[in-house]
Amino acid sequence: MIARIAAMDHALLLACGGILVLLAIASAVGLTLRAVQKTPSPTIDNLNQRINAWWAMCLVFGLTLVVGPTGSLVLFGLLSFLALREYVTLIQTRRADHRTLFWTFFLFTPLQYYLLSIKWTGFFIVIPVYAFLFIPATMALAGDTKSFLERAAKIQWGLMICVYCLSYAPALLLLQIHDGYGPDAKLLLYLVIVCQLNDVLQYVFGKLFGRRKIAPTVSPNKTWEGFVGGTLSATAIGAALWWLTPFTPAISAVVALIITLLGFAGGLVMSAIKRDRGVKDFGAIIQGHGGILDRMDSVIFAAPVFFHIVRFFYGL
Amino acid sequence: MNGHALSGVIAGGARFIAGVNATWHDPKPLPKQTVFLANHTSHLDFVVLWASLPRELRARTRPVAAQDYWDHGMKKFLAVDVFNAILVPRHRDGVASAERANDTIDRIAREMGDAYSIIIFPEGTRGDGEEVARFKSGLYYLCQRKPGIQLVPVYMENLNRILPKGEFAPVPFISRVTFGSPTRYDAPGGSQSESKEVFLTRMRDAVLALRQP
Repeated sequence: MIARIAAMDHALLLACGGILVLLAIASAVGLTLRAVQKTPSPTIDNLNQRINAWWAMCLVFGLTLVVGPTGSLVLFGLLSFLALREYVTLIQTRRADHRTLFWTFFLFTPLQYYLLSIKWTGFFIVIPVYAFLFIPATMALAGDTKSFLERAAKIQWGLMICVYCLSYAPALLLLQIHDGYGPDAKLLLYLVIVCQLNDVLQYVFGKLFGRRKIAPTVSPNKTWEGFVGGTLSATAIGAALWWLTPFTPAISAVVALIITLLGFAGGLVMSAIKRDRGVKDFGAIIQGHGGILDRMDSVIFAAPVFFHIVRFFYGL
Repeated sequence: MNGHALSGVIAGGARFIAGVNATWHDPKPLPKQTVFLANHTSHLDFVVLWASLPRELRARTRPVAAQDYWDHGMKKFLAVDVFNAILVPRHRDGVASAERANDTIDRIAREMGDAYSIIIFPEGTRGDGEEVARFKSGLYYLCQRKPGIQLVPVYMENLNRILPKGEFAPVPFISRVTFGSPTRYDAPGGSQSESKEVFLTRMRDAVLALRQP
């Protein structure tokens, strides 16, 4: 373990060190707020819960990075599985969907990550082509025609979001890039840092300055102030992290801006689904945050686009 | 591996597979003899309900299961050594007699003794997850046999989606197990006057009341 950490390159270690410092500061702020509050505040309790969960998430993520690509593939595979479970629990399914759902969980989800692990580019098409045709075919065989198209579309959408899009994040580890920039954990780390800091900063700016709601019918917590403050600051952080990427600082700013905008879109889309189904969170697996989908919504939207940008402009 | 060690592993596994969210209306009960009565939609119901109990209750809580199904081989090991099930005969010849019902209730009451709690599904058979069927009268006769026994209604949600009737491969869903407030036979008045129909309807309503809107 120690040897593996020592073998990681300096940029990666520096970034991990930075995250630890950030977490320590966040904990200090959270605990100070709790100490000075006059009356117990649910917002501060939730903040501290969230910060504690961040420690746990960073620890798990960091450990899998140390283990190498297999570690990240296993982690994201598990996240896909849990996210898909949250998703299908929330949507309405019918008895006849049982076997189709079985194959989405136990065939397509592992297959997607298996194809990634053997670096076969077939992972681009298995879900959009084969699962896309397989799902309605097996559902037709099951014989229940009630809301047929709606049910098939919902299952396909869940597979695309929870498995296909999310799997692009660990796929970054396998991307071959020119100029001697080795395929390693730095791009994944960059994506996750920009995405998650954008979420956090939008939340912080929203709590501090939020006045004008950006999409009142979808999410009462999203404000223009939070959006602008979060986007600008996360973009600046992304630019400052150019050394994790093959980009120049200016290009890194542009890419980080794209990531933040997509992350925002992801959060908004997932909020719309929750609003429609009348729930606040997709799950309760992460204390203070909700479910996997609540935490990963921005990464899910940003990962595929980020992957294709890097691959198109920098890939071998 | 003995049955006892295995039971902890099975409880953890069941909670993981079924993503169980267990909630208690009242504080978790002390290990007091209890009849847990739940709606029934899946083969997984018993093991998930049992796995949702605190460990000290688990060791003292037994399922009531059909003897003909669980009486041989691996199934017998699971039923007898791991879950310490109370096996009761099931009569498929369609002849229901007061004598047979009496025997079954006798056996359950005897096996419970003063220590063991039990899990029963008063619908008698698995439903489709939409409707909860009328409760069978065994519960009523058991309460006659064991006066004052604590009854805890339980509503189990989404187990039928994980493993519906007629399927053998499970699909992961997040399930919910809600434990209601303890009640007793004739709890409201205390004069032991509740009729069978009134009591069984009240129990069914208590289970249904735990259903989330």
